[in-house]
Amino acid sequence: MSAVSEVAAGARPVARATPRAASIRRARRRRLRRAVWNVVGLGVFLVLVFPVFWMISTAFKPDTEIHSSSPTWFSIHPTLQHFRDAMARPYFWEVVKNSLIVVGAVVALSMVVAFLAAVALAKYRFTGNKLFVVLVIGILMLPQAGLVIPLYVVLAKYHLTNHLMGLVLTHLVILLPFAVWTLRGFIMGIPKELEEAAMVDGSSRLGAFTRILLPLVAPGLVATSVFVFITSWNEYIFANVILTDQANQTLTVWLSYFYGTSRATDWGGLMAASTLTAIPVVIFFLLVQRKIAFGLTAGAVKA
Amino acid sequence: MTVAAEAIAHRSRRRPRLKRIAHASVPYLLILPVIVVITAILGYPLYKLVTLSFQQYGLAELIQKKGVWIGFDNFSSVLHDEVFWRVLLRTVIFTAANVGLTIGLGTLIAFLLVRVSTWVRILLTAGLVLVWSMPAVVAVQVWVWMTNFENGILNYVLTELHVGDYTGHDWYGSTFSKLGMVTLLIVWGAIPFVAITVYAGLAQVPRELVEAAEIDGAGPGRVFRDVTFPVLKPIFLILTSLSIIWDFGVFTQPYLLIGSSAVDTSNYLMGVYVFIEGYSHSDFGRGAAISLLMLLIVAVLSIFYVRRMVKMGEAQ
Repeated sequence: MSAVSEVAAGARPVARATPRAASIRRARRRRLRRAVWNVVGLGVFLVLVFPVFWMISTAFKPDTEIHSSSPTWFSIHPTLQHFRDAMARPYFWEVVKNSLIVVGAVVALSMVVAFLAAVALAKYRFTGNKLFVVLVIGILMLPQAGLVIPLYVVLAKYHLTNHLMGLVLTHLVILLPFAVWTLRGFIMGIPKELEEAAMVDGSSRLGAFTRILLPLVAPGLVATSVFVFITSWNEYIFANVILTDQANQTLTVWLSYFYGTSRATDWGGLMAASTLTAIPVVIFFLLVQRKIAFGLTAGAVKA
Repeated sequence: MTVAAEAIAHRSRRRPRLKRIAHASVPYLLILPVIVVITAILGYPLYKLVTLSFQQYGLAELIQKKGVWIGFDNFSSVLHDEVFWRVLLRTVIFTAANVGLTIGLGTLIAFLLVRVSTWVRILLTAGLVLVWSMPAVVAVQVWVWMTNFENGILNYVLTELHVGDYTGHDWYGSTFSKLGMVTLLIVWGAIPFVAITVYAGLAQVPRELVEAAEIDGAGPGRVFRDVTFPVLKPIFLILTSLSIIWDFGVFTQPYLLIGSSAVDTSNYLMGVYVFIEGYSHSDFGRGAAISLLMLLIVAVLSIFYVRRMVKMGEAQ
């Protein structure tokens, strides 16, 4: 009797432990699998980010470390010398100023013009609506290399080559379709009821527009203008063709000639200049990436 | 009395019509500035592109601002040029490789994002955005530095990992290797857009459907084929057509990475070819003919994307 109860007492915990052990094992296996994926994820992260890391790391290294046959990951004696050298290079400040002028003009002009068209596309039904959409997206798809020749010839005809104005106009054409398309998406996201409610309250369409639509679409305007800023700042082929004088170039073109201008390449200086070129873009991009990411696939992704 | 009433009725009937006309013209007024800018700065050059392609137009003609009409000579010269066909074939292969790698790797990373812990996901997303934001010209310079034969980190790492002795290996020695480096650069820069977009699309796949399929005994491959992929299909179609269009016309990366002094007929891609033939050689007429052919090819490639976007514009 006691033996039986002993056996029973001994058997019970075992019987109860079996499913618990299984669930623990399953949880452990799940945790292990997640850990493996985490390691893979970290590996992918390191590979992806490495070029950016290497650029920054090199920019801060003294020349002896850069040319060493066994490179170090982080500099032992970090220096700002390369940044000073890059900024002291001929035309650096002129070129920064040019980039800022072009980008500023392109952002201001494109936002005003694109916003009007985006309102038309988002809020009105009109004949030719579809044709306009095709035109906008069609231009978005044109390969830029194919447009270099006609744009160059036409700009040369009106003496706009080697003028910042010529580049501003060119960027405007490339970027307007994108700006119209993205802004249209933002405006369509505003509920119609809000606008109607404002009109019932007695405001005119214009009143409804300025008091309701504009504040709501402001984040979209900011996001789009930042993206226009970035694209114009990064643009290379037209800037290279249209602006021929060194003093007239933009930062990306200046950077593209950096490598070729010195016999023994100044890697530290090149990486410092690259970092300086990328900094404004990275900052702005991080600010608005979320809002823009889906512009080009609008509709396909509803997130 | 009746006259006055009629007059009032008449006026009140007329006013809405005027108002209606004014109202109907609003959208046209709104799009007018865009139309003006685009026709002035793009329409005219496109017209010019067509006329240039039928003209002998070099530096002398550029200065005189007048070309010589030569009919289809530019086109027949290009189409009879072996270089053109070789460049076209090379660009098609290059585009296929780049698009395949970009979409494939980007999708794998998107699936990885679903499986990792939150902190890894945040880290990886931040890394993707960082890479995405790198200007193309900057990325090229970093690539030049990392892959240079003297003290590039790539050779060092490969040698240290005992992949082989890559000390002093020149990655820009052969055409294949050159275009391989360009591919690496382009795929690296394009992965983030694909990965982030596909990841966003994955969030739309109904969880219950996946679980139901798994309970029914479907393996991961089957779940992807029958549940995940159909939901993601529209996203893949758009990403693929966008990537094809971008990679087919790519210029900055191959031109700068191979180097303006080293690009030649043995390694041209379409974008570089049209630029060198037309602009660098100052043969604008022939360049215009190549440009037109290139635009035509891209137009055919992008019909799908444009139609899709127009349909979505209507659906919304």
